[in-house]
Amino acid sequence: MSAYAADVVALARKDLRLELRARDTLPAMLLFVLATLVVFHFALPGGAGDDAAYGLLWVALVFTSLLGLARAWVPEREGGALDGLVLAPCDRSAIWLGKTLATLAFLGAAELVALPAFALFFAPLDLTAVAGVVLANVGICAVGSLLSAMAVASRSRELVLPLLLLPLSIPLVVGGVGASISPEGGTYLAFLGLYDLVFAILSWASFEYVVTE
Amino acid sequence: MIRARRLEKRYGSKRALRPVDFELARGGRLLVTGPNGSGKTTLLRLLAGLAAPSRGELEVAEERGRLGYLGHEPLLYRDLTALENLELYGRLYRVPERRERAGMLLERFDLWEARSERVAAFSRGMVQRLSLCRVLLHDPSLLVLDEPFTALDTDGAALLDRELATLGTGRTLVLSTHDPARVDALATSRLALA
Amino acid sequence: MRSIGVGAVALMAAAIVMIVLVAPEDADQGISQKIFYFHVPIALTAYACFGLGAWKALRLLWRGGERYDLESYTAIHQGTIFGALTLVTGSIWAKASWGVWWTWSSNQLVLFLVLFLFYCAYFMLRYSVEPGARRERISAVYALFGVALIPVSFFAIRLANDFIHPTVFTREGPQMTDTMFAAFLAGWAAILALAYLMYRVELSGKRTDANLRELREALSS
Repeated sequence: MSAYAADVVALARKDLRLELRARDTLPAMLLFVLATLVVFHFALPGGAGDDAAYGLLWVALVFTSLLGLARAWVPEREGGALDGLVLAPCDRSAIWLGKTLATLAFLGAAELVALPAFALFFAPLDLTAVAGVVLANVGICAVGSLLSAMAVASRSRELVLPLLLLPLSIPLVVGGVGASISPEGGTYLAFLGLYDLVFAILSWASFEYVVTE
Repeated sequence: MIRARRLEKRYGSKRALRPVDFELARGGRLLVTGPNGSGKTTLLRLLAGLAAPSRGELEVAEERGRLGYLGHEPLLYRDLTALENLELYGRLYRVPERRERAGMLLERFDLWEARSERVAAFSRGMVQRLSLCRVLLHDPSLLVLDEPFTALDTDGAALLDRELATLGTGRTLVLSTHDPARVDALATSRLALA
Repeated sequence: MRSIGVGAVALMAAAIVMIVLVAPEDADQGISQKIFYFHVPIALTAYACFGLGAWKALRLLWRGGERYDLESYTAIHQGTIFGALTLVTGSIWAKASWGVWWTWSSNQLVLFLVLFLFYCAYFMLRYSVEPGARRERISAVYALFGVALIPVSFFAIRLANDFIHPTVFTREGPQMTDTMFAAFLAGWAAILALAYLMYRVELSGKRTDANLRELREALSS
């Protein structure tokens, strides 16, 4: 394993360990996504159809990921550990990648419960829809962990993150909903892949500038 | 080793550090003094590379990985144990035999008993001692210490005194303090910020 | 700057003459089609401003220098103003041609709504970060995300039409005549000149501000 990969793994494992110990992000995400699905039952008028439910599922997923991302850099903020990471001789983008993988793991874990619950409550999910969720997760965590690092530098912190992330998540929602309901789901999956590629590269390359003064 | 010319830091229109000039040779020990708000912390953050100069020049002829920085904040994870914190930093700094080295430092700073406790449960003095372990972990050749005696009790301060006295000649030291008398004997040069 | 001002006014006058008097009235839509000569150039100018802002941001990240931060910010500010104007003129056009103030079936309008939200967040972010090198870089990175978002959103909105409006009703206007096209170009040139003028005015105002502040500080210390 290269030194870069070893750094990324060490940083991501550290986040998982912190979460196992403090348990303040994942349970909140899980409860939130389930509560949202229940709210949707009452928000959807009878006969609204499956398509509307798929749309709402994507709203729930975006907001759940926002919840996780808003807390992504909290351990680094307390005690100034981010300065410690920035000073370390590792590549700064490894810090971003480690955080992206950790938030991806949390979001994936929340969805492991949320997607079966959705299928049980509302409508079945096929393989294309699940692939859409996986691809959208990558995009939203890649962009989100960068934007969240930006938000940490601001006075308003958690408040500003949704404002930054929601406009950027619109293409992901389009791709995700398309993959869930369109007969030509492949096109939408390709679009999600393209989004992931563009924004992951951009975030990877620009993270260094966000964390240094 | 370190050369600053008309080095200045601003945040917008607010000036955090008035222009300073100084030079420090390899192995030199610079004592930075000055009242609150004179820019001691800003200067040390500039030296550590945590902030970029707004004006003037700053040359620090040392690799990022050979620098040890002690700031106002501990730069540690509150929910990791003392040993886990040092393990993580040891890995990022590519310290050979990091476990042994971490153990030795914890022993030296009288934290070995508390190695498996979370930093959140530490007293301020213990956090400061653990921060010093973090700073020394990778055997840095440039030490930048911002008020290292803060929060240390008599025993802790004595430990740090001993540590500073045995630095050897190869290491460069920049230290800021409110209490210059304590470390004055160490210093090879002094910089008073106003 | 005075010459830019004179040029912008002259171009605007020429464009208005072209649009009102020279360009023929549209056979289908009549007089209301004239807003096209403003709406589309304003939208294109907004893109140009966002592009300029991102270019300056790239220079900042590449080279450093406070001036690029100010230039990038000013360009994005102008872009947001023209973006808002695009929404207003688009809304008027929608009312004139379809009888509604808003339509989700106009890709351009939807895209500008997304961009408007995105760039409003730029200002929120900027004003909640302490001034300094970090704010410059954060703003610059966000500005770069903007130019990546424009084409991606453009595709996304086209894709979304497939499931949001199964029966897409595109408005394929009749081919523009040569004089119409000339009027359109004149309008575009005038709006671009106006944007450039506003950009320069704001920039010089901001620079004077910064210089004054520095002078005051130098005097007081």
